Amino acid sequence: MTRYVSILLTFARACLVRDMTFRANFVLECVTSLGWMAMNLAFYLLVFTFTPEIGLGTGWTKEPFFAFVATGLIINSIVQALFMPSAEELTEMVRTGGLDGILVQPLDAQFLLSMHRVDFSAFANGLVGVGLLAWAIPRLPQPPHPVAILLYPLLVVCGVAILYSLVIMLAAATIHLGRNQSLYDFWFYLTNFSRYPAEIYSGPWGGPLRALCTFVIPILLVVNVPARVIAQPLTGQGGMMVAGTVFAAGAALVISRWVFQTALSKYRSASS
Amino acid sequence: MTAAASDPAPSGFLARRRLGLRVWWTMLVICLEERLVYRGDFVLGTLMRFLPIVTQVFLWTAVFGATSSGSIAGYSRNDIVAYYLLTMVSRAFSSMPGLASGIARSIRDGSIKKYLVQPVDYVGYLLAARIAHKLVYYAVATLPFAGVFLFCRDYFPPIPDWTTLGAFALSLVLSFLLGFFMEATLGMLGFWFLEVSSIVFAYMLVQYMLSGHMFPLDMLRDIPTGVAGVSVADVVRFLPFEYTAYFPAAVWLGKVQGAQLVRSLLLEAAWVGVMIVACRIAWWRGTRRYSAFGG
Repeated sequence: MTRYVSILLTFARACLVRDMTFRANFVLECVTSLGWMAMNLAFYLLVFTFTPEIGLGTGWTKEPFFAFVATGLIINSIVQALFMPSAEELTEMVRTGGLDGILVQPLDAQFLLSMHRVDFSAFANGLVGVGLLAWAIPRLPQPPHPVAILLYPLLVVCGVAILYSLVIMLAAATIHLGRNQSLYDFWFYLTNFSRYPAEIYSGPWGGPLRALCTFVIPILLVVNVPARVIAQPLTGQGGMMVAGTVFAAGAALVISRWVFQTALSKYRSASS
Repeated sequence: MTAAASDPAPSGFLARRRLGLRVWWTMLVICLEERLVYRGDFVLGTLMRFLPIVTQVFLWTAVFGATSSGSIAGYSRNDIVAYYLLTMVSRAFSSMPGLASGIARSIRDGSIKKYLVQPVDYVGYLLAARIAHKLVYYAVATLPFAGVFLFCRDYFPPIPDWTTLGAFALSLVLSFLLGFFMEATLGMLGFWFLEVSSIVFAYMLVQYMLSGHMFPLDMLRDIPTGVAGVSVADVVRFLPFEYTAYFPAAVWLGKVQGAQLVRSLLLEAAWVGVMIVACRIAWWRGTRRYSAFGG
């Protein structure tokens, strides 16, 4: 384990050195990333000029909703920084045969393939998320319970674990498809479901969709549970939600590991 | 080597045009075949584009559920859903994934030089490739599009009259050309900057927001600019972006009619003209300063 941590730190240091070699590009990447986020925030502000809350009686008024958005920013920035760059590279490695070189390394292939690149510019959004959360929390209708504050980091880690599992499973699909240029798009579209409070998925179609995205692909647990814990009063259901999220994160990691290993066993080298 | 290329150069205007068309047709067929090599990836990518609509429908349903007003910026809930679905059609024509970055990459790695020595117009080749891409996309996407539109038919107003349908079709063709030439021009900035990914990302950002892809631009009508009597919507109307998503959808929904419709179509055509010229100038100036090395 210590060996893997040490290797991960070496990867991170190498990526940081490379990013700092092209400082202007790094700053530009941060700025564009922040621009994307600012655009989304502007959209939410626009929505709140037309409505006092997202969904009647849901409690997602402006400040709680921005705490929700901040949580999403933090979780997504961690995943974007630590896992997405490597997963995107895998799609080309499979097609070009570059994966062969990874498989012969004396290290766990999933570790190498999912963590060898770190995109430090993606942390910019996470920092803004932390700032937005710091702005929203004192303005919440009810201050968060001390237990909620303790649970919040754990639930953020669970959210990251669920998303990581999803990235790994999508990357594994590359091995079957030969090429998966749509990986990033699919990731974007799928995580789109987690960007809004679960309450919006209601009615004859919304109910089943909510169940699907909670129990089958637990994408709705990723942001909703930590955001709800911090932004809305803890109720009796809160304990169940927290336990369910921790379980879902563990199960997602195990399943994604199995899917990835199975996919690797089906890999046929593309190189000569 | 094709027969066309090995024949001696034809004389006469018509013969030259015929040869030009044959070369163009060959490029189109090659690009179609190339598109179909990775079919699984292509089908997956096409079908996924419907996913964001689902969240938007639920989001706006929740927003309308929480507000006492039945209309937001002149749109009912049904209008909003229909609007988002129609912008999907607009984007199917105007979006050009990978075009600008592909041009910049071929400038950077030197592969563009083959177009400089072959009797092939690079922009024409790219246009043929993009038409091929779109034809395959429509072939794959028509069925899911028809299914989704049929499923959501209750959200739509009655089918517009023939004039509006004609204007809608024209706005889509123009949006394709506008999207193509805007992105191609952007890619040719690679002659000056080599790496344009950040510029492309910034463009996508602005384009996403100001094209109406994110929300109907009419919602900006009450957002002030600081200048008396001028809203953000008034400023956005003067930019080319709205023609790549908002405008065709607004035409179908009857939000733009009569003289305003004619004026807007002319403005869209003018923007296409401007971008064609800009693209040609960028190509002409860029190739003059371009230097390639290697085998």
